[in-house]
Amino acid sequence: MTSNRLFNILIPIISVLLGLIAGAFIMLFSGYNPIKGYMALWSGAFGDLYFMGETVRQITPYILTGLAVAFAFRTGLFNIGAEGQVIVGWLAAVWVGLAFDAPMIVHLPLAVLAAAAAGALWGFVPGILKAKLGVHEVIVTIMMNYIALYVTNELIRSVLTDNLDTTESISASASLASEWLQGLTFFSRMHYGILIALLAAIIMWFIIQRTSIGYELKSVGYNEHASKYAGMNVSKNIVLSMVIAGAFAGLAGAMEGLGTYGSISVMSGFTNLGFDGIAVALLGANTAIGVVLAAILFGTLKVGAVNMPTVAGVPTELVDIIIALIIFFVASSYIIRWAILRFKKEEK
Amino acid sequence: MGLVDLLQSIIPPALFFSAPLIFTALGGVFSERSGVVNIGLEGLMIMGAFVGIVFNLAFADVLGAWTPWISILVAMVVSAIFAMIHAVASVSFRADQVVSGVAINFLALGLGVFLTKQWYGKGQTDMVSEPFYTTNILGVSDIPFIGPIFFQGIYVTSYVAIILAFIAWYVLYKTPFGLQLRAVGEHPMAADTNGINVYKMRYIAVILSGAFGGLGGSVFALTIALNFSHATIVGQGFMSLAAVIFGKWHPLGAMGAALFFGFAQSLSVISSGVPFLEDVPQVLLLIAPYVLTILALAGFIGRAEAPKANGVPYIKGGR
Repeated sequence: MTSNRLFNILIPIISVLLGLIAGAFIMLFSGYNPIKGYMALWSGAFGDLYFMGETVRQITPYILTGLAVAFAFRTGLFNIGAEGQVIVGWLAAVWVGLAFDAPMIVHLPLAVLAAAAAGALWGFVPGILKAKLGVHEVIVTIMMNYIALYVTNELIRSVLTDNLDTTESISASASLASEWLQGLTFFSRMHYGILIALLAAIIMWFIIQRTSIGYELKSVGYNEHASKYAGMNVSKNIVLSMVIAGAFAGLAGAMEGLGTYGSISVMSGFTNLGFDGIAVALLGANTAIGVVLAAILFGTLKVGAVNMPTVAGVPTELVDIIIALIIFFVASSYIIRWAILRFKKEEK
Repeated sequence: MGLVDLLQSIIPPALFFSAPLIFTALGGVFSERSGVVNIGLEGLMIMGAFVGIVFNLAFADVLGAWTPWISILVAMVVSAIFAMIHAVASVSFRADQVVSGVAINFLALGLGVFLTKQWYGKGQTDMVSEPFYTTNILGVSDIPFIGPIFFQGIYVTSYVAIILAFIAWYVLYKTPFGLQLRAVGEHPMAADTNGINVYKMRYIAVILSGAFGGLGGSVFALTIALNFSHATIVGQGFMSLAAVIFGKWHPLGAMGAALFFGFAQSLSVISSGVPFLEDVPQVLLLIAPYVLTILALAGFIGRAEAPKANGVPYIKGGR
């Protein structure tokens, strides 16, 4: 018998390989050189210190949105709303960053916490509706995404600025940007946020694996009824799970607002950080360590892709296709599992 | 401003904005009624918009005035084929249907923009030369009062959408095929024991949703957007999904919801010209469809009950 643990590691790896192979074929059929394409992608992500800095910058919010989706998944909830939670987190962080001046030791944590709180609030709404009224969280979170987008744009225009599209830069005391890291990486936009992201991953691991709260959250995810009969408060756990998930996504917004951009602009569409977080969580099998690894992979692909048009002529969207295919393969793990077992049988 | 003028400035734009939503929402109704959740409506619309525009650009010289009509038919067929990926993943491979739908959205956008760059060498296509134009509908546009409001300066596609909604209602509720499709979505095992092929019905339903989504996307592209880029379809598919739920998974309900959302969308465009809406902040009109959907789901506007087996892969012989 091949163990479940082995499958849990094998399936993501096979899916990624299949995705990359499919990407190579697409390049081949579209008349590009796949080797040159992937070389360009590699050097675009790790070619020199600047690119490495940019890659880390991209990985940072991916870890957090990946955690946001994965954490809710462990309680059996599908948080498509990470996108909206990122946007409100971004808004809250910049708002606090602009509103006043304070010593960094107060201002920065306050801005970060504001982002987490805003995300948590955006997660609370679908959580409470699911817990109390049984409303499906997928639909509510999708709707909350649009509400976040439009309301945020309106607030940027009417409250944060005087009918402008971009706010001023936040005060230095709330900024995560670091001249030291920038100097180290030829002035990439890398910032200290990566430490917050990694800390968040450790926090998720700790809550899920080492606390009774985490035990209850997982238990509700496995079997709601059994958990109820065991005396757990299912409603409370559902709300709590969405709130913590929302807080993670809100932090991802803080990474953009306090680290990468230092401001917030009117958005014509979504940031896609939240949607990519779904891919990150799925590939990472909803574990903290898996999410970090998957975020590294997708961050690398996304940043490396930017180098592909100039060097190999391949449109950056190739990477989006590859990511979509990887999700398909992970989602269809049933068939991969079936194929592996089939091969095993034939060997005997 | 008289009443006729007022209605004339509200109703045609509302119909114009709702047509793509109606088409796509009907697709959603078919898919979800058979028990397959379709978050991928957005991606199916993107595919439809992409194919509609590309076909239109390529064949406008040959087909002349017929181009838009043939474009939407081609978009229908291609999106139906594209939807088969969702069908294979979620029906045969037992993938999580929501995840598969999310992947459909990613894939459609990636493919669409990738091929646009490949074929046109830039991030967006040229403007089409043969879009749909507004017309006066012969025979009825001269009826006093009703004619100017409903039948002058209107896109025929809006009426195609409304007629299709009634056809979809007839098919789902008045034919054996519709009964079978709904049975598969409510209780697949009972349907299976009665000799209905659950997998086949679900495949048909998902492919139909692809065709309708393609229709919706291409109609949007050829009436409103007129070209294709990454920003052509941004959220219309999700709004259609909202219409499916707000319309309680019923074709006519979905049509009503889509009309209402189209109306809300058009209001945010034309509100400056309508007296009592001038003072309503635009953001309220923008978020109205989404807030209303949440309220509908929460039961504040009558309980919305999903098909029982929606989202559950059917495993033959399972319990």
